[in-house]
Amino acid sequence: MDAPVIITRNLTKVYKMGEMEVHALRGVSLEIKRGEVVAIMGPSGSGKSTLMNTLGCLDQPSGGEYILDGETVADLNDDQLADIRNRKVGFVFQSFNLLARSTALSNVELPLRYSGTTSGRKEKARLALESVGLGDRIDHRPAELSGGQQQRVAIARALVNEPAILMADEPTGNLDSKVGQEIMDLLLNLNKESGTTLIIITHDPKVAAQAQRTIRLHDGQIREEVPA
Amino acid sequence: MNIWRAVIEALESLNGNKMRSGLTMLGIVIGVAAVIAMLALGAGAQDTILGSLSGIGTNLLFVFSGGEDESIRNPEPLTIGDAEALQDSFSAPSIEAVAPILQGSSEVSYGGEASTVTLTGVTPAYFPVRNYAVTEGETISEEHILGRASVVLLGVEVADNLFGHRDGLVGETIRVEGQPFRVIGVLEEQGGGMMGSQDNEILIPFSTAQARILRRSPADRVDVIFVQSVDADSVTTTEEEISQILSQRHRTAVGENDFTVFSQQDMVDTASSITGILTTFIGGIAAISLLVGGIGIMNIMLVSVTERTREIGLRKALGARKQDILIQFLTESSLLSLVGGLIGIALGWAIGAVVGVISTNSGTAFEPVVSLSAILLATIFSTVIGLFFGIYPANRAANLVPVEALRYE
Repeated sequence: MDAPVIITRNLTKVYKMGEMEVHALRGVSLEIKRGEVVAIMGPSGSGKSTLMNTLGCLDQPSGGEYILDGETVADLNDDQLADIRNRKVGFVFQSFNLLARSTALSNVELPLRYSGTTSGRKEKARLALESVGLGDRIDHRPAELSGGQQQRVAIARALVNEPAILMADEPTGNLDSKVGQEIMDLLLNLNKESGTTLIIITHDPKVAAQAQRTIRLHDGQIREEVPA
Repeated sequence: MNIWRAVIEALESLNGNKMRSGLTMLGIVIGVAAVIAMLALGAGAQDTILGSLSGIGTNLLFVFSGGEDESIRNPEPLTIGDAEALQDSFSAPSIEAVAPILQGSSEVSYGGEASTVTLTGVTPAYFPVRNYAVTEGETISEEHILGRASVVLLGVEVADNLFGHRDGLVGETIRVEGQPFRVIGVLEEQGGGMMGSQDNEILIPFSTAQARILRRSPADRVDVIFVQSVDADSVTTTEEEISQILSQRHRTAVGENDFTVFSQQDMVDTASSITGILTTFIGGIAAISLLVGGIGIMNIMLVSVTERTREIGLRKALGARKQDILIQFLTESSLLSLVGGLIGIALGWAIGAVVGVISTNSGTAFEPVVSLSAILLATIFSTVIGLFFGIYPANRAANLVPVEALRYE
């Protein structure tokens, strides 16, 4: 098939904590195919968050090479990174991170505003909310929605710009197991229907088991890759 | 991101914290209200003063005895002869009219009523020079002067005090310093002015005052000479002509005149410079208030940036560039101060109007003037304050690192 959506070669990340240097990533090389569902697991301090931040273009690696959807990410400045995040990456966070003052529709519309889309923003945002089953809740504010519904709004927001990859950081971590499973079903369904690459960072083996492949990190390196 | 969207979002955000936004605005509101009120009152005061100055007459100059500073000792008094010399159209072509006066305070009575008034001995020329007219009767004529007639013109306040009314007074006899004077007319109402009430005044013939009421030594002395210039452009020339004629007559050295020529324009300039100083002074206080208000805005914006660190991180994760965040926070801070400024303009206007009503009710006609330029100035200035004091907090927000901002609790 076509080229992998994510290619990294020997990614390293070094944080300076005062005098000490912390090596969060020590040479991570991986490839993720378009449309794949990948889980990233590992104990805390294994570099899982750093890897997610790097793959999500929230942060630049200290060394190595990263190609996202055909674009080399290293050496981009802050605004160029913002642009890549806007067009190619959708984020789903553990704590939803919705704007409390804005309606569901405005929340979903936000990435479209930053991408400079001028026409049909409301329509696109409404379609995205319908695709996560919240077509009848577009004018509700986050406080008026349940946890599961809030996470659905966050998913709609992540998808509205039709990104190349969807990064989900513990998407079910703040939900009970039943609602969590509904969210997982929704994510997997969206992946199946639209072919969006799905990367899930998780502690939960039950969540990881639903991915096509699990990457286990330990001490900043890939320990093992487990195909489902 | 278009600017309207940014404004709406900023309003939502400010609305979400009404109490805080209101208190933050207060500094700007007070500062701008002070500026607007002071400018309005200053402009109103200036109008009132200029109005009363122009009410004295047109193209007027005043000649007093005595030098402009205290270095001139024993000045020679101004005399009738000086006034007559100024009337010489050959050596003083730009002088239209000359009106010497004697002026003093005097006791007048009618029946049981008595009153202290300003008594002025005048010549017929005084009336055109001062723009004085009568509501009934006649003015003082050359015959009155020649005959040292015991006739008097009453100001309306004097008429009110002695008779309780203002009409039908011609032919009545009042006593001035105990001597009987026949009323020949009542002066038009003048209103308050720079030189006290001009309505509590009586006018009698110059020669009568000189001989019987206000005796001076030497006998031909005059107190003030009013000089009217032919037109507004000739005032400076007139001033020079007066100086030349009088210094020749008084035999004074150059630059050591023992008399002072003061034009209406000089009075206007003095009045303007006084109101100007006042306006600057109050403006300075208002500027300090605006500065404090601006610092308040900066403080609150810094708190707001810290509180919303996660939101900023999220916006960046969704693709907001630095300038998007910058615009968002600058819009908030400048809206905060703009709205404060608009409220301040309304409040200042109201304060000016209230002061105007109070002073009008207490006898001084006074109209505060809020000029368009004052409103524009206040609007622009308050917005600029918001922008200026918003730059630091907004910059701080824009430079947050997304990874750290998202992790912030």
